[in-house]
Amino acid sequence: MFQRNIGDVILEVQGISLSFGAMRVLNNISFDIRQGEIRSIIGPNGAGKSSMLNVINGVYHPQEGTIIFQGERRAEMKVHEAAAQGIARTFQNIALFKGMSTLDNIMTGRNQMMKSNLLQQAIYWGKAQKEELKHRKVVEEIIDFLEIQAIRKTPVGRLPYGMQKRVELGRALAAEPEILLLDEPMAGMNVEEKEDMSRFVLDINDEFGTTIVLIEHDMGVVMDLSDRVVVLDYGVQLADGSPDEVRNNQAVIDAYLGVAH
Amino acid sequence: MIYREAGEFKSSYQADQAILTIRQDRWFIWGLMAFAFLVIPAISSEYWLTTIMLPFLILGLAALGLNILTGYAGQLSLGTGGFMATGAFAAYKLATAFPELNIVIVILASGLITSGVGILFGVPSLRIKGFYLAVATLASQFFLIWMFNKFGWFTNYSASGVISAPPMSVFNEILVTGPHATPVAKYLFVLTLVVLLTLVAKNLVRSNIGREWMAVRDMDIAAEIIGIPMLSTKLKAFAVSSFYCGVAGALWAFLHTGSVEPLAFDVNRSFQVLFMVIIGGLGSIMGAFLGAGFIVLLPILLTNAPHWFGLNIAVDTISHIEFMVFGILIIFFLIVEPHGLARLWQITKEKLRLWPFPY
Ligand SMILES: Nc1ncnc2c1ncn2[C@@H]1O[C@H](COP(=O)(O)OP(=O)(O)OP(=O)(O)O)[C@@H](O)[C@H]1O
Ligand SMILES: [Mg+2]
Repeated sequence: MFQRNIGDVILEVQGISLSFGAMRVLNNISFDIRQGEIRSIIGPNGAGKSSMLNVINGVYHPQEGTIIFQGERRAEMKVHEAAAQGIARTFQNIALFKGMSTLDNIMTGRNQMMKSNLLQQAIYWGKAQKEELKHRKVVEEIIDFLEIQAIRKTPVGRLPYGMQKRVELGRALAAEPEILLLDEPMAGMNVEEKEDMSRFVLDINDEFGTTIVLIEHDMGVVMDLSDRVVVLDYGVQLADGSPDEVRNNQAVIDAYLGVAH
Repeated sequence: MIYREAGEFKSSYQADQAILTIRQDRWFIWGLMAFAFLVIPAISSEYWLTTIMLPFLILGLAALGLNILTGYAGQLSLGTGGFMATGAFAAYKLATAFPELNIVIVILASGLITSGVGILFGVPSLRIKGFYLAVATLASQFFLIWMFNKFGWFTNYSASGVISAPPMSVFNEILVTGPHATPVAKYLFVLTLVVLLTLVAKNLVRSNIGREWMAVRDMDIAAEIIGIPMLSTKLKAFAVSSFYCGVAGALWAFLHTGSVEPLAFDVNRSFQVLFMVIIGGLGSIMGAFLGAGFIVLLPILLTNAPHWFGLNIAVDTISHIEFMVFGILIIFFLIVEPHGLARLWQITKEKLRLWPFPY
């Protein structure tokens, strides 16, 4: 195996509790994420994994607990601020822009870096065009990386599921994020598609040093890819550690791995 | 296989990002431009220019404005008429308060003023969507028309209530408004403005702002999570859209009818422009003009067609037929082809690209 390049803690979740009305979805969850690692969150359906990602990127506001991001305690933020802070994500139920092409979808991922104003874009020649070309080049690299050249101009609504998952990864990648949150990127895929996706995740982590938080149900994939794993079960944190530690944890075996999935 | 992109290899992303990437498309557009600027003025009768071409171009521009808001940014609006009225009255106030102002400036400034009004009425769109937003914009439609009727200031306290556009000229001598302006001068003036503004719209929708609009339209929560600010993106759509509607309203009053009256911009106008967008194609620039052409031409066709076949149908019957045809078409396009005529055109082109081989 290659040398893992894992740095300091980049994001720390401390005592997070989240409720919707009377329902407690997350109960006193604490873990940290280190720079450059692949950090998985696993747990049965309804465990609160997706909710945890929504807390991390500021869509859900927990009632208790704090998040320390890049050394600073993070204040409650608006939904659109996560992108500016360098947090990008994909969604469990693909959230692409269905009427737009693959290319345009991935280009939207770079909206934070687009600086030309409305007037410049109206005239197009000059600054707006230069900017378009510059970002188009990066997006083309992403398209090559994800091997989706052939569907560049296809409206994503017409693409098969596996391809849509890839385009969504491309859109998140286009933001050049510090932390990439992947919510079940391989769900519903066949073995080959899973292998491709695993390779992309590893390559992103390896080549760009992107920190990745991964939610995945396929235990084989999780154990292969992850540096560390957090296990949730109905909002409660059962375990946190290396794949081996988690695999051998009795509470996890009882509550989760023992159950057929 | 005559119409195709094969053999045209793009050596740069710049070439690939051009507005028209297929050579035949470029020829088509240049041909169309030559036809519109040279042939139509030469061969058209006064009747054609004033009763068909002017309304077609001006309403096409309004439809383009609405399509930016509804088709691209996904914000349904029934306030088009109100925004057109704002443009018309803004132009009237500007032209009478500053008679020395150039007509181009007057019209563009009216567009900007309408932008401001559009932004104001766009603020609720942050909170309300779809049907409720449509109702809110409908309220703004009624409010604006009521306001222009109610306050004499807008009509310079004219006693009759009918106010006519003052004569104005371009290049110091060519009259484009008022009773002495020639139809050809009016037509070329409107055509030039419409072509330039269409180019601007095309530029916007292929830039970052266009993608942000479509992202908000297709899935607003995902758009927000990738960092697109909801309010400013929606307000920009309202601003740009209202600019186009305002310019269209000013052109309608100054160059088409020659008089400024709120009745020309009532709620029927809002629906008419919305139908143009639906029939022409939501989210398509060409669709706005296809829809406008269709809706301007259909009544004329229906009025004249019976004569060609030697039939004699009463005028009111024809207008009933017209309503029925519109109704059926709108239902057809809403259910079967929400992307309208523009999409049908595109499918034809895709078929043509493969022709004569089915694969
Ligand atoms: N916005 C919300 N409002 C109300 N309840 C919610 C909301 N989001 C999540 N929940 C509830 O929180 C619980 C945890 O959901 P979550 O989606 O986080 O689970 P998960 O671990 O991602 O499950 P899965 O593996 O099925 O994706 C569920 O019971 C869900 O119904
Ligand atoms: Mg989930």
